[in-house]
Amino acid sequence: MWITRFLTSSIGQKWVMSLTGLFLITFLIVHLLGNLAIFAGDNGQAFNVYADFMVHNPLIKAVSFGLYAFILIHAIQGILIAIQNRKAGGKAYAKKDTQGSWASKNMALLGILVLAFLFIHMGDFWFKAKFGGDNAIAAVNYGNGDIKDLYSQVAISFSKLWIVIAYLIGLLALAFHLLHGFQSAFQTLGLNHSKYNPIIRGIGIAYGILVPLGFAALPVYVYFQQTT
Amino acid sequence: MNLTLKIWRQKGPSAAGSFEEHKVHAEEDMSFLEMLDVLNEQLVHEKKEPVAFEHDCREGICGTCNMVINGHPHGPQRGTTTCQLHMRHYNDGDTIVIEPFRASSFPVIKDLVIDRSAFDNIIQAGGYISVNTGQAPDGNAIPVEKQDASQAFDAATCIGCGACVAACPNGSAMLFTSAKVSHLALLPQGEVENGKRVYDMVNQMDKEGFGRCSNITACEAECPKEISVDNIARMNRLYVKSVFAGTQGNEKN
Ligand code: HEM
Ligand code: SF4
Ligand code: FES
Repeated sequence: MWITRFLTSSIGQKWVMSLTGLFLITFLIVHLLGNLAIFAGDNGQAFNVYADFMVHNPLIKAVSFGLYAFILIHAIQGILIAIQNRKAGGKAYAKKDTQGSWASKNMALLGILVLAFLFIHMGDFWFKAKFGGDNAIAAVNYGNGDIKDLYSQVAISFSKLWIVIAYLIGLLALAFHLLHGFQSAFQTLGLNHSKYNPIIRGIGIAYGILVPLGFAALPVYVYFQQTT
Repeated sequence: MNLTLKIWRQKGPSAAGSFEEHKVHAEEDMSFLEMLDVLNEQLVHEKKEPVAFEHDCREGICGTCNMVINGHPHGPQRGTTTCQLHMRHYNDGDTIVIEPFRASSFPVIKDLVIDRSAFDNIIQAGGYISVNTGQAPDGNAIPVEKQDASQAFDAATCIGCGACVAACPNGSAMLFTSAKVSHLALLPQGEVENGKRVYDMVNQMDKEGFGRCSNITACEAECPKEISVDNIARMNRLYVKSVFAGTQGNEKN
C-alpha cells in the first residue's frame, strides 16, 4: 500500500522520527508546567491535586496512551535507523575528522540514555501508582475525599542521591538530544527557509537548555529540601 | 618538501587492503594529484605497482578525483576538489593519510578507486527531463525568475563526486540526490515531472542501500561545490508532496 511504502522509505522513516519527536517536545512542556506545582512549597498539596486531576481526566488518559505509543515508535524506529546507518556508513576511516555537531552524530546513544532514564522514571512513579496496589502509595485528604499522595512518593524517590544523579544524567542526555533534534525535526519536514532558520534554531537552543534545566530543578529542589 | 604518505592499497574489491608508507618529495606549487604522480613514477622506477586513483579533468569539474585526505574527502580546503588542492597547504615533514571514500554503497575497486554506479542508477531513475529532440529551443523563450534560476544553477553545480556520502557517518546520499532533484525541480522544464522524479530517485537511492539523513550536515561542509542542505529540505517537501498528492506516477508494485 502507498502509505506503508511511504513509512518504510528513508524520508518516511525520518518523518516518523520528526513528528513523534515534535509530539514529545510538546508533551514535555505540559509535563514540566504541571510539575512546577512541586515548587508551591505546600507539602505537595498543589501537586497531588494536579496529579489526581490528570489521572482521572479521560482526555488526558487517551492522550497518555498516544504518548506511550509515540515514545515506543520513536525509540524503535530511531534504533532501527541507527543500525541501518551504521551498516550504510561502511568501513571506518583510519583518520577520522567528521564534521557536524557531536549531538547530531550521537542521537541514538543519547536516545538510549533518555530511554534508560524513562524506565527508571516510570518504574518509580507511574508503575507504583498504577500497579503497586492500594498500599504502595499512601492516601491524603484535602477535603474532597481520598487521593493518592504522589508527592510523598516523589519525596521518597528524590531523597536517594543515586536517583537524583540518574535524573541529572538522563536530563543532560535529553538536553543534547534536543539541541540537535529540535531544529533537525524541522529540516526533516522540509520546513527550511533562510528567513526562519535562525528563529527555529534559536527556539531549539532555548528549549533544549531551559526544559531539561526545569526538570532537573525538581529532584535537586526536593533533595535539598529534605536534607537541609 | 619531503612528505610521508600513508596510503591505502587494496588489490581488488574482495581483497583485504592495508596502509602502505611512502616517502615523496613534492614542490609547493604542485597539485595534490601531481604529487601522487611523482609517487607513482617513483613506484614504477622501483618496479612496484603504482597507486590506482581516479582523475580526469584536473580542473575541478568531473568529480572523479576522490580520496579522503587526513579524514577529509577532497582534503582540508573548503569548496575544493583534490585536483585543485595544492601542496602549498602542507609543510616539510608532514605525514598525510590517504584513504578511499568509505560507504557500503561505494565498494572499493582498487586502491583509492571506488565504484559509484549507485549514483548513475539514481540519475537513471529520474534525473532527467523528457523532451523530444529537435531544434535547440530559443534561449529566453521560457522566462525563469532570477531567484529560481540562481538556486537551480547552484544545485546544478554538483559534480556527482560522492564526497557527501563519504563525509556522512550514515553513508547517506541525500545531498547528491537532492541537488539533482532541485536543479530540475526549480525550472519550468523540469517542474512538470517533479512528483514522479523525486519519488523514483528517492526510492532508487533507498534501494542502493544509502543511509538515512540525520541532518549532521557534514556533507555540506565537505562538498567541493558547497551544495546547501536547503536542497535536502526541498527534496523532503517534494517527496512527501508527491506521495500525498498522488503525483508520483504509475507505481510499479
Ligand atoms: C522525550 C523524549 C524524546 C524527545 C523529545 C525526542 C525528540 C527527538 C527529535 C525532535 C528528533 C529529531 C527528528 C529528526 O531528525 O527529524 C529526534 C531524533 C532521534 N531520536 Fe529522539 N526524542 C526523545 C526520546 C528518544 C528515545 C527514548 C530514543 C531511543 C532510542 C530516541 C532516539 C532518537 C534517534 C536515534 C534520533 C535520530 C534519528 C535520525 O536523525 O536519524 N529519542 N528525537
Ligand atoms: S553534492 Fe557535493 S559532495 Fe555530493 S556529489 Fe555533488 S558535488 Fe559531490
Ligand atoms: S579530476 Fe576532475 S574534478 Fe578533480
